[in-house]
Amino acid sequence: MGEVKFFFGPNHPGMHGNFSVHMYVEGDTVVRAKPVPGFLHRGFEKLMERRLWYQNLALVPRICVPEPDINEMCYAMGIEKLAGVEVPERAQWIRMIILELARIANHFMSFAGIGGPLGLYTGPFWGVADRDKILDIFESLTGARIYHMYIVPGGVRKDMPPKIQDMILKTLEYIESRLDDYDNIIFKNRIVHTRLKGIALLDRNTALEMGVTGIGIRATGVPYDIRKIDPYLFYDKVEFEVPVATEGDAYSRLRLKFLEIPQSIKIIKQALEKMPEGKVNVPISEGNALRFRVPKGQVYVHVEATRGEYGYFIVSDGGEKPYRVTIRGASYPQTLYGIEKYLPGTRIEDVPIWLDTMGICSPEVDR
Amino acid sequence: MKKNTTAEKDFFAPIKAWKFLFKKPVTIKVPYVKREAAERYRGFHINDWEKCIGCGTCAKICPTDAIKMEEIREIPQKYGEKPQRPVIDYGRCSFCAMCVDICTTGSLKMTREYVHISKDPEDFIFIPTEKGIHGIENVPIGWTRDENSDLLELERVEMEMLQGSERVKSFIEYVKGYSKEQAMHEAARCVECAICTDRCPEHMQIPEYIKSIWKDDLNEALRWLMKGKESENYFGANPFSGVCGRVCTHKCEEACSLNNRGEAIAIRWLKRYIVDNIPEEDYGKILDIKPSPKNKKVAIVGSGPAGLSAAYFLATMGYEVDVYESLGKPGGVMRYGIPSYRLPDEILDKDIAFIQALGVKIFVGVAVGKDIKFEELKEKYDAVFVSTGFSLGRSTGIPGTEHPDVVQALPLLREIRDYLRNGGAKPKVPKSLVVIGGGNVAMDVARSIARLQMQEYGKVDVKVTSLERNYEEMPADMEEIEEGLEEGVKFYPGWGPIKVKVENDKVIGVELKKCVQVFDENGKFSPQFNENEKTFLNGEMVVEAIGQAPDYSYLPEDIKNKIEFIRGRLLTNEYRQTSIKWLFAGGDIVNGPDIIHGVADGYWAARGIDEYLSQKKEG
Ligand code: SF4
Ligand code: SF4
Repeated sequence: MGEVKFFFGPNHPGMHGNFSVHMYVEGDTVVRAKPVPGFLHRGFEKLMERRLWYQNLALVPRICVPEPDINEMCYAMGIEKLAGVEVPERAQWIRMIILELARIANHFMSFAGIGGPLGLYTGPFWGVADRDKILDIFESLTGARIYHMYIVPGGVRKDMPPKIQDMILKTLEYIESRLDDYDNIIFKNRIVHTRLKGIALLDRNTALEMGVTGIGIRATGVPYDIRKIDPYLFYDKVEFEVPVATEGDAYSRLRLKFLEIPQSIKIIKQALEKMPEGKVNVPISEGNALRFRVPKGQVYVHVEATRGEYGYFIVSDGGEKPYRVTIRGASYPQTLYGIEKYLPGTRIEDVPIWLDTMGICSPEVDR
Repeated sequence: MKKNTTAEKDFFAPIKAWKFLFKKPVTIKVPYVKREAAERYRGFHINDWEKCIGCGTCAKICPTDAIKMEEIREIPQKYGEKPQRPVIDYGRCSFCAMCVDICTTGSLKMTREYVHISKDPEDFIFIPTEKGIHGIENVPIGWTRDENSDLLELERVEMEMLQGSERVKSFIEYVKGYSKEQAMHEAARCVECAICTDRCPEHMQIPEYIKSIWKDDLNEALRWLMKGKESENYFGANPFSGVCGRVCTHKCEEACSLNNRGEAIAIRWLKRYIVDNIPEEDYGKILDIKPSPKNKKVAIVGSGPAGLSAAYFLATMGYEVDVYESLGKPGGVMRYGIPSYRLPDEILDKDIAFIQALGVKIFVGVAVGKDIKFEELKEKYDAVFVSTGFSLGRSTGIPGTEHPDVVQALPLLREIRDYLRNGGAKPKVPKSLVVIGGGNVAMDVARSIARLQMQEYGKVDVKVTSLERNYEEMPADMEEIEEGLEEGVKFYPGWGPIKVKVENDKVIGVELKKCVQVFDENGKFSPQFNENEKTFLNGEMVVEAIGQAPDYSYLPEDIKNKIEFIRGRLLTNEYRQTSIKWLFAGGDIVNGPDIIHGVADGYWAARGIDEYLSQKKEG
């Protein structure tokens, strides 16, 4: 039998977002694969040049749906650097709490995502339900479950509501109590071992060459984490560890996500303890939001997203809109280069495993 | 960094999940049970129509263009409000709540509702009211603005000015004006709703020139001031921008939408900033006005704000304009009424110089009716515009007012200004003064004499009394009253004069009775007094500043007979045309009562004259 071409996505339960992979297969094995992005047709970066600095706050979270706060953080951080704004301490701690809650939520989503390709549903369903508990916190804190639009240049939009600390601590306690169950049902599970171990391998050199960061590189033994290497917010003022593996396979990547959850919990608890009372934002510019202006200049800022290094390169000409914003989507290398380079040779059913464990986010590619 | 330890494979591990078999599921119940949303949930919009002023700021900030403003016919036309309300398209809304955070009145909020089901797509575009999208009372409120999320800057950039005790020592202008940084900052607060433009009698293009300041483009700003909407016949232009940047009654600021939750934009000071920072010699190049000659001549009687504005607009259209002024210098009330600590001569000179640079000829010291007959104007010119102002004082007519130390406000102010510009004799400076009146002219007199007293005797003794019972009722601007107080002027509101007491042929003060009502329930002037409650204010001089009257002595009888008067004012159409087709009128004698109304009269009269003369030519 000769080579057969078929499309994986954009509409497919195993596909992570509005994305398509054109696969050429022989039998069950992928011979060639071509990523076909563009189904989201948003063009975020270009749109941002046509919106006021402040208006872009509604746009940026949409660049990565499961982890919107990372975009809010980068955008705010970039503007703050350009404007030379000192963000109040309380706001910085609140931001850290949000980012780590988002990390846990995102890892839960990844557990859920692996359910489809493995045909193993119990654990993944738990992931979705437990993620919802974090979304409840977001709803109380920011007023929205997914698109928070809460981290703004200069700080955060509102102070934490009363009783939210209790809510966060209770949820964290609950999640901690669940970790053993996840361990049992996903990570000690024979099926998971059989289907993920040694699958979708990525070796260290290729990862470095492709620019893979985050879990992808850490699973090859490289302890690259922006929170440690170039700490932002108060990551240098809290204790936490960065789990690392050496196998470079799908299993260790999923496992690392799991191991990161207790670390995030640790960070959030410290943040809640260290957080002082006080202001939660300062103006970045004179006047009202319609007239915000950011001083001339350019800046690159980066943070550690669950899928790796997320960066914003922002250029301001001193006007009311950004002159240029270019985003380093963390999942870009493993989505575009990785698919072409790595999928050949894998079996068809392992393709979504690559996409899930590498943390692929399609709008980030379509930016 | 921690090394990963792979979880041991365990045959029984998944079985452990069986313990959850009899646990309560975390899934949503069927039939559906409503879940309360969080307190700051960003659900659908509600809008309090009573509070909303239709400013459209919500629509401007909306990042997705989900808000359109819609004209609502039922909303009564009110000053400081637009008869429109926001419409939200939920096909576009991103539920960011920026519209809520910037709303200038705080009328817009979001609810805690999150379910809206309808087969009709039109149901997802709606005009929020207090009943929200589902038309129910007491909608659960979600996201509301707080001081952290506020997107407006509510406080104005403070204007530096001399302290009261300092400024009363001289006639030097005491308001210092904004620096570039201050002006740009203040301009950055504007939301461009343009309610101010609607409110301004001249409809100046206020948001536009404020934006130009923000962009640091003063040339563009000056074009907005002096040419308005050039493509629409200079609509909104103001040749007296320098003057108005100082002494305008700034109704625009009262209308400013920021006034609802904070301090209005300092529109007047921003206008002043533009004019102050462009040298007179650059005006010609920046404004680049090149009229095409019309070969028709217009005469203007009176060189106050209305007359000279009409001259300016006519000149820009290409008419030849001659202005006749009976006094020694042009400017009318701006030159002879307003004290120099508020409006220095140089500023007025700068505005007038540009009008003259356009070819307008001003003949000063020529009294129409005396030095040149009114009929002559008719013969020499194609149209005539009269704007002679309210130049005569009004008297209370109480006993004692015939005494030479009881004077009228306007002649006194004129005397003071002439004296200060070394043009006249020194006016009498009384040791103590009583001013009767509660308007701006009374304030000008009180504050001017306070300055002269300070120079002469080192102390102030000026008392102002008015029928109006409190500062709010008094027609004077609040800042005039406040500044007067700071300069040592004392106020006695709520008293009506009975007589000026004269002893040994000298004025010694004014006897007053309590005023219990100024206006009746219909708002008509109808003062009522308590004759038993009396008081006395001592003063060796008394100034009556209870209003002014027109002087039409220059008009021939046959003209007077042909035109209509209403309560002392001339009746005109919207183009300021009287019933005599070639005769136009404006300013105090038509509309009053301030400079910007005069400018507007000048503008519309010029348009009217242009229309009249164009038709005449065609005809
Ligand atoms: S919530 Fe945001 S997107 Fe929706 S109408 Fe308001 S400003 Fe526009
Ligand atoms: S900003 Fe507020 S006051 Fe202005 S139109 Fe919108 S809802 Fe009304």
